[in-house]
Amino acid sequence: MTDRREFLKTLLRGTLLAATSAGVIKFMKPSEVRAQIEQSNVRWGFLVDTYKCVGCGFCVKACKLENEVPYDVPVTRTWVERYVILKDGRVLADTPMGARDGFISAEVQETIVKPDEITKAFFVPKLCNQCDKPPCVQVCPVGATYQRADGVVLVDRSWCIGCGYCIMACPYGVRFFHPVYRTAEKCTFCIHRLVKGMKTACVDACPFGARQVGNLKDINDPVTKVILTERVGVLKDEYGTKPQVYYLGLDETVR
Amino acid sequence: MRSHVWRPLFVALAVVGLILIARAFVVPPDFGVYERGFMYGYHRRSNEKEWEQFKVKYRGKQYCMDCHPDKYESNMSSKHKVIQCENCHGPAIDHPEDPPKLTVDRSRKLCLRCHTKLPYPSSLRGKLKGINPEEHNPDMECSTCHNPHKPDMEGWS
Repeated sequence: MTDRREFLKTLLRGTLLAATSAGVIKFMKPSEVRAQIEQSNVRWGFLVDTYKCVGCGFCVKACKLENEVPYDVPVTRTWVERYVILKDGRVLADTPMGARDGFISAEVQETIVKPDEITKAFFVPKLCNQCDKPPCVQVCPVGATYQRADGVVLVDRSWCIGCGYCIMACPYGVRFFHPVYRTAEKCTFCIHRLVKGMKTACVDACPFGARQVGNLKDINDPVTKVILTERVGVLKDEYGTKPQVYYLGLDETVR
Repeated sequence: MRSHVWRPLFVALAVVGLILIARAFVVPPDFGVYERGFMYGYHRRSNEKEWEQFKVKYRGKQYCMDCHPDKYESNMSSKHKVIQCENCHGPAIDHPEDPPKLTVDRSRKLCLRCHTKLPYPSSLRGKLKGINPEEHNPDMECSTCHNPHKPDMEGWS
């Protein structure tokens, strides 16, 4: 039977021990503490203005050459889709070679479309959404794909076993097998350019400013301002992946 | 209990022990859970640096301007100022060291990326000046008549 004095002593000792034990075991550097509480002042995001896109495909060409994606193989980290909505309700959509060479023919899905049959027609650039909750990362059995503190999802080529789970898990179909490295491949948001203060290769190549990249944690960033103050949409919101590529002028026919 | 009952247990423990020892050697030391937690952040830390050190190939218009100010000026005073030099002249990489000469894409197809007339309402493409590639001098290079650096001018001067 413990008396009150004994009980209080034990309680005090226990509290002190619980409070100090973590600190006694390991002293953390300030950067580690910051990492532990998930603090980072950069979160890369993307803004696509579909009104401005003309489907020239310079973004696709630049991406493939910048990131050493085999040029003549039908795989690409980013692509542009064309949607042509006809007056009879049909929706035609295509992306020849991912629009690497742009859209130089009026023919869509082997259909010659007359101008007066079109209600609306537009181009939609697509790339990795760098989701806040990336389903592709969750399914990796070996920890080869991961999300950086700044939100960019990368693939560790030396660790990837090429099982393809992530390619299946991505609802946006942005992942593919790299034919040379034989690992999963995806858009890196040109992280090697972003960390040097440059824009991504596709953003730089776009003549019309249809693609923009910015830091979503900086409220003075022009991209963040547009996302916060204008009407933007994301692709497949219902999947709960929290995509961080925002679209201006997104149409319901876009999937 | 008899030893033959315990022996499989010891074997199992030894196997587990061996796997743990092997793991300590095979898994790189910087493999761990970082900022994004176990679900999204379990990775080899040094891979982030490896990606950051990837070679930059597209250098941008300012890089070209340093040595070719005349070309830069003539381009920047035209409607084609929105187009990057490297969209037609290939990525600079380490030009002029490597490659010493850049390839120029003078093909019709390059111009047609924007200038095939596609009458698309609700898209900027519908507003760009365009041609029907099958009717407008189909066998000629565009640059025979049009100066790509200064397209406003009719022909070269």
